[in-house]
Amino acid sequence: MSVAVAKPGEIKHNYLNAGDTVRSWLLTTDHKRIAVLYLVSVTLFFAVGGLLALLIRLELLTPQGDLMTSENYNRVFTMHGVVMIFLFLIPAIPAVLGNFLVPLMVGARDLAFPRLNLASWYVYMAGGLIATWAMVNGGVDTGWTFYPPYSSSYSTSQVTLTIIGAFLVGFSSIFTGINFIVTIHKMRAPGLTWFRLPLFIWAHYATSVIIVLGTPVVAITLLLVAVERVFRLGIFDPALGGDPILFQHLFWFYSHPAVYIMILPAMGVISEVIACFSRKRVFGYHFVAFSSVAIAVVGFLVWGHHMFTTGQSVYAGMVFSLLSFLVAVPSAVKVFNWTATMYKGTIEFRAPMLYVMGFLGLFVIGGLTGLFLASLATDIHLQDTYFVVAHFHYIMVGGTIFGYLAGLHFWWPKMTGRMYPEGIAKLAALIIFAGFNLTFFPQFVLGYLGMPRRYHWYPEEWQMLHVMSSAGTALLGIGYILPIFYLLWSLRNGALAGPNPWGATGLEWKTDSPPITHNFEETPIVTEEPYAYENHHQQEEVASGTGASTTKG
Amino acid sequence: MVQEQAPQKVSIQFEDLHQQNESYIVGMWTFLVTEIMFFGGLFTTYLVYRMANQETFWEAHRHLSVPLGFFNTCVLLTSSLTMALTVHYAQRGLRKQQLLWLLATMALACTFLVVKGFEYHHKFVEGLIPGPNFRFEPVEHLRVAQLFFSLYFAMTGLHALHVLIGVLVMAILTVLIAINHPSVQDFIPVELTGLYWHFVDIVWIFLFPLLYLIPR
Repeated sequence: MSVAVAKPGEIKHNYLNAGDTVRSWLLTTDHKRIAVLYLVSVTLFFAVGGLLALLIRLELLTPQGDLMTSENYNRVFTMHGVVMIFLFLIPAIPAVLGNFLVPLMVGARDLAFPRLNLASWYVYMAGGLIATWAMVNGGVDTGWTFYPPYSSSYSTSQVTLTIIGAFLVGFSSIFTGINFIVTIHKMRAPGLTWFRLPLFIWAHYATSVIIVLGTPVVAITLLLVAVERVFRLGIFDPALGGDPILFQHLFWFYSHPAVYIMILPAMGVISEVIACFSRKRVFGYHFVAFSSVAIAVVGFLVWGHHMFTTGQSVYAGMVFSLLSFLVAVPSAVKVFNWTATMYKGTIEFRAPMLYVMGFLGLFVIGGLTGLFLASLATDIHLQDTYFVVAHFHYIMVGGTIFGYLAGLHFWWPKMTGRMYPEGIAKLAALIIFAGFNLTFFPQFVLGYLGMPRRYHWYPEEWQMLHVMSSAGTALLGIGYILPIFYLLWSLRNGALAGPNPWGATGLEWKTDSPPITHNFEETPIVTEEPYAYENHHQQEEVASGTGASTTKG
Repeated sequence: MVQEQAPQKVSIQFEDLHQQNESYIVGMWTFLVTEIMFFGGLFTTYLVYRMANQETFWEAHRHLSVPLGFFNTCVLLTSSLTMALTVHYAQRGLRKQQLLWLLATMALACTFLVVKGFEYHHKFVEGLIPGPNFRFEPVEHLRVAQLFFSLYFAMTGLHALHVLIGVLVMAILTVLIAINHPSVQDFIPVELTGLYWHFVDIVWIFLFPLLYLIPR
């Protein structure tokens, strides 16, 4: 692959230098600029959530509560959950990488509804700021799940404000979901059939379907809690005639699929990166594509596994347990296919690929421990323990963050036109992997031994494991801070990337880095399957070697 | 069959008019799916509680006025017809007829809201607003009856909010059409408003029998 070298002093026209006023950023309808807005805001909220996590782990260094009271501890872990889930994990990949890449990958000039896209960022910021305001004004102590009647009738914390924040953020992801669905359906470039779409697009399509079907349900449910709280309408509080279990059903109807909103886009990133750095087409493309859809569909039928101990019917529990096991099938299909993609590939251990390897490890551990929790009998023992905490951190936090960082590094040259520094990026990847496992693996053991979640007092014999976990957090913190510095550094000092530094397939690599405002000089026409790495390889051999004139299409 | 069509503009992100129109229609349908799920949460809540409290829900629903509900059903159904006519004339680019039928739709929508307002007022006078002042006979049904009216107000209130939003959108459309603003020179804004309006209508078609016509 030849790398286009820009002459010194020559500035090419692109989306970043299309305007440098604050106004040109805040009123932009360019999906790439909106992605950058999201990148900045998502990073800020991640920092807030991360600091709250740090507070939690500091408190848990000792068996006594010496940093904060129990009430404050409740608020800190609740706000950690609210910020990380609603303001980071759910929007991270779709709103940043998806926003940037979906139009590029389908060969479109923008998303179908650019103004709606901008509105989604504003609604997101409004929700985020309201949640932050609630935090500053005393915070919330209900847990991110807002279970009534505690949240609706008893809690004295800022439940209503936080719910309004979460409600708004939900609408911002609905806007994004609608935009993706329409763009993927209607705006694909000529020749880009469904089965020529990158798997990143399939993953985002499945994610959008979940967003569109699930988010409104949690929106109305949280709204009802707020209404019950403010107007004393009896809906979920048994004292007012309601049924709190109904809330849990409605809440988890969205909030379980929300886990797939977080992880599916990450899986899309993994497929792209693994194919590129193995120089092979993704093994079993159709299976990987359909497994995304399968996860979206089956994911809607498993919410009851959050409620095995609430007294829901045993038969319902058995069905939910069985269906939860079923989700493991498409998940395993993906992992096997990714592994098979690497088999006999020409593997390059670039930083994104390290994150992919990390993802595979964390995802397998997180997924398999999920089966323990999907089993009725073991769940009785493990429900609401650190085992659950470790499980969901492995799968949705580990999975999403590793996917996000893999994607951010992989497409950083495309987004900024500059390469990130490879050595330190690899180091950061290793630190994050080590830190993550050190933080959360001891929690599996703690949970198995019976440590309940959401408590800051614990018996002294568990201190060693808690200290390990807290030490891991410090390591993790260093790992997260490094990219902020070297990525910012690379904006000025990174090597120029050229259109396709990885020699990757995909329409996004066929345009300049950074792309021009409307993405392509002319609408691209697609004539081949995705991930045609082997074809390109042969073409290069043909071109450089024997001088034969035939090329394979 | 080819009628005189209103002129349309193509936004930069679309290849051609056909793609643009289809994108807007698909986008609107996707939005309506989210609306169905939004109301779906409420409908589910209602159905669960009604299954659990058949007797009291029946007692409570007798305080709703079936004639007023029936009248409002007729009003909304008629407004769907007038909206369909608006879309019909919008597709042909006939401004006057568009305006006429749009105003008719708005008038019907406002009628619906006014009647709804009278119903709410009636509930207020009867002391059927959930809260500390809620009164209900017989007293042993009070808690569940309050649940019924909580849901009644939540469901019809959310629906009325949608009607109100519809009226506002139609008002904006009316002004834009009246001054022949470029953004309504194509029929898509009217068509999308029409889809939304029919959805609002259909929600009521479910609300009316669920709340007003509970069988013994």
